[in-house]
Amino acid sequence: MKISKWMMALGVVAVAAAASAQTRVVCLGGAITETVWALGRGDAVVAVDDSSVYPPGHAALPRVGYYRMVSAEGLLSVNPELVLAHEQSGPPEVMEQLMAAGVRVVRIPSSATVTGLLARVRAVGEALGRSEAGAALAASLEADLAAITAAAPSSTPRVVFVFARGAGTLQVSGFGTAADEIIRLAGGVNAIEGFSGYRPLTAEALVAANPDVILATTSGLGSIGGPDALWSIPGVAATQAGEHRRVVAMDDLYLLGFGPRLPAAIAELREALTP
Amino acid sequence: MKSAALALTTPAPAIIHRRHRLRPRGWWLVPVLSVALLAVLVAALSIGAMPIAPAAVVTALVNAVGIETAWAVSEREALVIAHIRAPRAIMGALAGAALAIGGVLMQALFRNPLADPALVGVSSGAAVAAATVTVIGSTFFADLGWSSPFVLPAAAFVGGWLTVLLTLRLARTAGHTRIEQVLLAGIAINALAGAAIGLLMLIADDAQLREVAFWSFGSLGRADWTSIAWLAVALLPALALYRLVAPWLNALLLGEGEAALLGVPVERIKRGAIIVTCLAVGATVAFTGLIGFVGLVAPHIVRLLAGPDHRVLLPAAGLLGAVLLPLADLFARTVAAPVELPIGLVTALLGAPFFLFLLLRERREVPR
Repeated sequence: MKISKWMMALGVVAVAAAASAQTRVVCLGGAITETVWALGRGDAVVAVDDSSVYPPGHAALPRVGYYRMVSAEGLLSVNPELVLAHEQSGPPEVMEQLMAAGVRVVRIPSSATVTGLLARVRAVGEALGRSEAGAALAASLEADLAAITAAAPSSTPRVVFVFARGAGTLQVSGFGTAADEIIRLAGGVNAIEGFSGYRPLTAEALVAANPDVILATTSGLGSIGGPDALWSIPGVAATQAGEHRRVVAMDDLYLLGFGPRLPAAIAELREALTP
Repeated sequence: MKSAALALTTPAPAIIHRRHRLRPRGWWLVPVLSVALLAVLVAALSIGAMPIAPAAVVTALVNAVGIETAWAVSEREALVIAHIRAPRAIMGALAGAALAIGGVLMQALFRNPLADPALVGVSSGAAVAAATVTVIGSTFFADLGWSSPFVLPAAAFVGGWLTVLLTLRLARTAGHTRIEQVLLAGIAINALAGAAIGLLMLIADDAQLREVAFWSFGSLGRADWTSIAWLAVALLPALALYRLVAPWLNALLLGEGEAALLGVPVERIKRGAIIVTCLAVGATVAFTGLIGFVGLVAPHIVRLLAGPDHRVLLPAAGLLGAVLLPLADLFARTVAAPVELPIGLVTALLGAPFFLFLLLRERREVPR
């Protein structure tokens, strides 16, 4: 225990030493952190927010909290020079205080779409002074995505994304959500129609939507007690998905983050959706 | 009238000599708490997530007032002191004072030591307005070109006020505001507000939901000098009127009928106290979100130490609130640095057990 803490501390020192020659960067937003790593500048990062969980290389870095509610002094205490901030980072007063303290705060486009991803990669590249690397990564992502979505899917299953936080709170995603977007990109159809955002799930509405597959995040499915618990929720068993026991679970940030792993996530989901 | 009311504070003949006392029981609390307030403010300025040497703190403060010194302080350190720590400390002191004084006034009006400004709907009204702005208002106000960070506090303040006025109107019959009616109307209004917030949360997206939740935990993280100026103005009537109102509040403890017979303008006191309270607490809630327990704990601690005389209770509870809240904030922003805990969570987490401890200790000392 003690040794591992020392190792972690050493790791921080090593990272700090490597980064000392370059800009000290703080990333606010999981997809932004991934992009910085993908552009080969992970060694410049000195702190990340709570939503940054990939790649695992930054596990020893200090965390500055939830990106919408960061603390000005907490962030300044890691002595950053550049903050790559999710569009919704806040509170706004804190962002202003950071800028007043001479920190360069760059707002990175954050929409959960393919266009959003490409804009994000380019913006991160520019902010890091690696515009060319950013443009190259965006171009290669665009090519990968085109290659994946070029082949028509062999089937268009109706999918419901279930956002679970414990068995008591199940929500499904309507249009305009990251889940809706990735279902479409993977060749599926969002079986939930008629509203945007996330809404609590009712048994009847789920039966009416009658999805072929239920999509969930790994942590969400774990929070309700695994697939077996899912099938015992009223209404779920009465759907096509329930009848054929078809549930797909993928990591939150991988599935919904719209980071540089998006092509891989789409390919994997497409594969999983194919009967 | 004032001297007549003063006499009422101790109506029992056995202790009538107290009437002639220049200083009411427990008066020493006021200077002691003033010193404590100073100490807490110094601590709040000196301690934080960013390690800053005491000399740099002093230099930054002196520089901020416009005096040049020979000592060096980095620009970033100066900013942290003058624009992050100082506004938070002062906002915390003002908010703590407002919540505690609001608590005392409401407890006097309702003649119940558990009363709270939230009873008349000021917090729930503000919460509804804040949630409305967060969930459906942000796009609407942005369309009007009002994307200022003051939209939310302004809306919360107005929302709190409208709710209080509605409660008072509902409780008013034939020119009389009946306090039990205020309580009942307040309960109904609070329930309605709860339903409205529930509805808003239903249509909110994930991010907005988080925003509403964070607001309801309370935070001093948004403090800046402009919001402090507004809060100070809102707190002014409470500070200006307390000497005048305190003896009347003492008389009110006897009961409304008795107080009225003794010449206390009960009707004016009741409505005035509610309005002064809601001005101070409404502005506090608007800038800091919901911070619980200070309005209950601060008056109680003072009552345990100094008794129920409002001439001491009002200023001492105000000062104690002003000590406790920056202290809680100091804890909130350092214990998990660089992450910050919501201050409402800290006041409840530390305040509730401490409060229970005090109650238990008091029970042991005064066996009945």
